[in-house]
Amino acid sequence: MQRFEGTASYVATPDLQVAVNAAIALERPLLVKGEPGTGKTILAHEVAGAIGKDLITWHIKSTSKAQQGLYEYDAVSRLRDGQLGDERVHDIANYIKPGKLWDAFEAPVAPVLLIDEIDKADIEFPNDLLLELDRMEFYVYETRRTIQAKHRPVVIITSNNEKELPDAFLRRCFFHYIRFPDRDTMQRIVDVHFPGLKHDLVHEALTVFFDIREVPGLKKKPSTSELLDWIKLLLVEDVSPEVLRTRDPAKLIPPLHGALIKNEQDVQLFEKLAFLHRRERG
Amino acid sequence: MFFSFFAELRAAKVPVSLREYLTLLEAMQKRVAAFDLDGFYFLARTALVKDERHLDRFDRVFGHCFNGIETPADPHTELPEEWLRKLAERFLTAEEKALVQSMGGWEALMERLRQLLAEQKGRHQGGGRWIGTAGTSPFGAFGYNPEGVRIGQQEGRNRRAVKVWDRREYRNLDDTVELGTRNIKLALRRLRRFAREGAAEELDLDGTVRSTAHNAGWLDLKLVPERHNTVKLLLFIDVGGSMEDHVRICEELFSAARSEFRHLIHFYFHNCVYDAVWRDSRRRHVEQTPVLELLRTYDSGWRLVFVGDASMSPYEIEKEGGSVERWNDQPGEAWMRRLLDSYPKAVWLNPVPKKYWGGTTSIAMLRRLLADRMFPLTLDGLDQAMRCLRRGA
Repeated sequence: MQRFEGTASYVATPDLQVAVNAAIALERPLLVKGEPGTGKTILAHEVAGAIGKDLITWHIKSTSKAQQGLYEYDAVSRLRDGQLGDERVHDIANYIKPGKLWDAFEAPVAPVLLIDEIDKADIEFPNDLLLELDRMEFYVYETRRTIQAKHRPVVIITSNNEKELPDAFLRRCFFHYIRFPDRDTMQRIVDVHFPGLKHDLVHEALTVFFDIREVPGLKKKPSTSELLDWIKLLLVEDVSPEVLRTRDPAKLIPPLHGALIKNEQDVQLFEKLAFLHRRERG
Repeated sequence: MFFSFFAELRAAKVPVSLREYLTLLEAMQKRVAAFDLDGFYFLARTALVKDERHLDRFDRVFGHCFNGIETPADPHTELPEEWLRKLAERFLTAEEKALVQSMGGWEALMERLRQLLAEQKGRHQGGGRWIGTAGTSPFGAFGYNPEGVRIGQQEGRNRRAVKVWDRREYRNLDDTVELGTRNIKLALRRLRRFAREGAAEELDLDGTVRSTAHNAGWLDLKLVPERHNTVKLLLFIDVGGSMEDHVRICEELFSAARSEFRHLIHFYFHNCVYDAVWRDSRRRHVEQTPVLELLRTYDSGWRLVFVGDASMSPYEIEKEGGSVERWNDQPGEAWMRRLLDSYPKAVWLNPVPKKYWGGTTSIAMLRRLLADRMFPLTLDGLDQAMRCLRRGA
């Protein structure tokens, strides 16, 4: 059984590795939660790459129904074909469109199935998937067949915690909460994405980043993906570490802050802080 | 195995069931994680905890149950020679240095030290920190340096002195602590009653299919109005001086509530609701809304939510003229009763933690008025308050 240990482009902390390996070994779904921007969706891509399996993604919207993941019966097409006298009308299987779960179950090699942002859907959505996730099979009424998974896929489910998930659903999954990375892990993540970057630039950028996160009253703290975007911008604009280090106290806000601070209230907060800072210094 | 750990988790209200426990044992049988304490901690956490609210409680129970179990020290560590040499140079006198030379030099000494280290590990648990005076070593607890020379492991081990679960990293995710970082909307979403009102704009597929079939196949479209949350909420917020500490939480609650409920009307009051409330705090001496007008305008289908610390002198509730804003002819109690009679579904949210409620008379009085429908302003309390509002109990 293959093990997951992070990849060349994704730094996985030891607890995450244990969680993923447990999900792979025991063939149960893994529910991943965390702050936005901490790499939940990317995790599924990396796991698929690391264990060499295909990835099937199912992005959930607020209008998604559990039935759509299994299959859809296109009644309107059948009605139209019936009115036109098309031959295909006689076999109902022509009008059954397989959903993502069907594809995952019928794949010749067990794939990795990503169910992204499951909390966006209606509150009953996870309950409708209990049997399918548990026994990896479902029944198609129209054709009277049971679709069973030949090989159980590795299911990774992400949630942004907008809704509570029902207990019966949680019982069937493993759970992992991706914490915001600490300084050392963040350093490794940056090194993985920007190899060979000058060490002092990385150091200064990380200092600025963690300082911003510590500012009280910030509505939305910048996350990992925003840090990586900001560093890319810094590289493109060729900002030197000295500029980051000796920030003008009159403008506490760092250069190219549009990548980090996404709220105008937060920008105003910085301006207010800079103003107070200036006043204090006389 | 681990029965007491399992029992303690349940006692700490981490919802583990037999199934998760068996899953953990199965995972251990399949050797998913390394067989050290950290690996076991990660595996247990993955298998047993299903919500980040319970992570902190899990950490505490784990620390308590598995306290004091040290990982066995690695017998193959290398003592850095440089380090040993520096130590020796600090502490050895000239004669002793000569003695070391006579014993075959540094290399031989290192070898001997290594042997001693390996031996001692076998004999003492978690040992290897002190090289005893076996006679041939110049280092030891009772050596020339009164503090002794401590030979620990390499830095890696010292840095791991604080265990992962003792760091309590998940403390602010616990839902029994004060709101502030958690998403309040989760709790507010309990109070939902969807209904279809308004202009018909959405396609009703079932109705369309049915009517099309009735029509012998000619398409007949049916539309229904969109669903939205029809709960109607009157929010009363205390803006007295004592509420200054809780301003931030109230702001968050307010902004979350406003986006969740379509029919939300807010008013401000000071300490207790008297004969008038106001919509704009700055203009409160000029523009006020009498409570009688509220009673006339909003029918009993509306639900009341009071947010305030309910901390004031009891006279302010009981006596006329208790209000600090202007003279009120009837006591605050009378006004509250009037409101509660008109609106049967009402709750009071109090940002003061529940354990302090016994100490203030006014809190007890208001609780009695509200038939005990006062809840603390935590995520859990908000949950219960919303449940209460929905049931109407």
